[in-house]
Amino acid sequence: MGAGPTALLYRDNRSAVHRIPAEVKIVALMVFVLAVVATPREQFWCFGGHALILLIVWWVAGIPMRWVLPRMLIEAPFVVLAVLLPFAEGGERIEVAGLSLSHAGLYAAWGIVIKGTLGVAASLTVAATTAARELPLALSRLGVPALVTSVLVLALRYVDVLGAEANRMRMARLSRGDSPRALHQAGAIAGSVGALFLRSYERGERVYSAMLSRGYTGTVPDLALASGGAVRAPARVWAVTMLPAAAAVLVAVSAWLLR
Amino acid sequence: MTPAVRVEHLVHVYPDGHRALGGLTLTVHPGERVAVLGPNGAGKTSLMLHLNGVLTPTSGTVEISGIPLQRKNLRQIRERVGVVFQDPDDQLFMPTVAQDVAFGPANFGLQGARLAERVQSALEVVSLTDHAGRSPAHLSAGERRRAALATVLACHPELLVLDEPSANLDPVARRELATTLGALETTLLIVTHDLPYAAQLCQRAVIMDHGVIVADGDVRDILADTELLSRHRLELPWGFDLTTP
Repeated sequence: MGAGPTALLYRDNRSAVHRIPAEVKIVALMVFVLAVVATPREQFWCFGGHALILLIVWWVAGIPMRWVLPRMLIEAPFVVLAVLLPFAEGGERIEVAGLSLSHAGLYAAWGIVIKGTLGVAASLTVAATTAARELPLALSRLGVPALVTSVLVLALRYVDVLGAEANRMRMARLSRGDSPRALHQAGAIAGSVGALFLRSYERGERVYSAMLSRGYTGTVPDLALASGGAVRAPARVWAVTMLPAAAAVLVAVSAWLLR
Repeated sequence: MTPAVRVEHLVHVYPDGHRALGGLTLTVHPGERVAVLGPNGAGKTSLMLHLNGVLTPTSGTVEISGIPLQRKNLRQIRERVGVVFQDPDDQLFMPTVAQDVAFGPANFGLQGARLAERVQSALEVVSLTDHAGRSPAHLSAGERRRAALATVLACHPELLVLDEPSANLDPVARRELATTLGALETTLLIVTHDLPYAAQLCQRAVIMDHGVIVADGDVRDILADTELLSRHRLELPWGFDLTTP
């Protein structure tokens, strides 16, 4: 229990960054990521600037590098894709250590890796400083439709329940001599995925009856307000939180101007 | 006096043709505590889901405090009938316990300070005020069960229906829940096959089998009738003696 993905990404702390209402951090994250994406990839120094902004935020939030780095592995599949590009792309080619690499491919790979890395790092920063329970209210304040926030609320709650259920099923398989590495036993895993799907479907129906029983008519009421939800951010907090994002925008703009 | 529950000739046939309720009739008076006993598949849960209109009768009538179960009355009925489901994970779906407890009363139109007060008092009844801001995933089984009870108590139901309240609880959690339930003044309907728990909490017991009520009477008389119990796949646990408590 409790060791689900939501617990894995959140780093409990009482830093200034943690105390900022989630909606402000989400907007700042979006602006920061857009600025990074808009930065021309040929301007290498700019990405140093973006990285420096993140490092400063980590320092303020008390997030050590050794905590962030392992979690950045989520990016790995994209990196693999990017590594293929210099080989696969056409056009002008250059020789590096005996390999013939595409010039355009190298730039494309660099662009994907650096922008992806900065994006993931920024998202991890928000995830590390924002408890999952703050998200629904934050998103509804940002004007996200109630249907989407209620889906999110349910997903957040049940991802851990499902994880625990999957884990119990795995234990039960292992205790009956299943070896998850043996290929011929993949059928057992497929079977339990199917069983898990059915169970989740049935649970969905039960949750819905339980919600109906308490007067649910299609919209989740805005109740976090009544039970200790964060207050709306004053203009000053908005201004301070947007500083890193504004700095990133500045870096991107100057990159275009200096090109 | 208007009965709290009046069910007459209730029949429910599921879409797959399974006949879960076969003309069930039951009347419960305000303030009564009734145990609904019966083997697996007797139709206990189907009955429970009719009491607040989650299931619609195929035929027959359901009345809660004199209000007939009809589409236009659903909201009123659901405000009066609180159902605590068997698996607290089905009931607790919000990110924190307090938000979950607020869900019901907020749906019934409560807001602001009155809502906060309602949440607070419901959590006090189940002694969970310290856990208001925690995620249900981080509570023990007993705490989760009490939290699920609080989410329903916060709606101030006239009739409280509990499905297997003692399932998966350790002996202390079981006793704590019994103490909490014992202190409530609402009409109680406890669906269970935990016979000692029924004896502890209820005065009246009904036995359901094959979708109808087959016995109805004082809980002690019912539990003392070994032959009746065994006819319906029920029996007292080994070593349990009705005369001791």
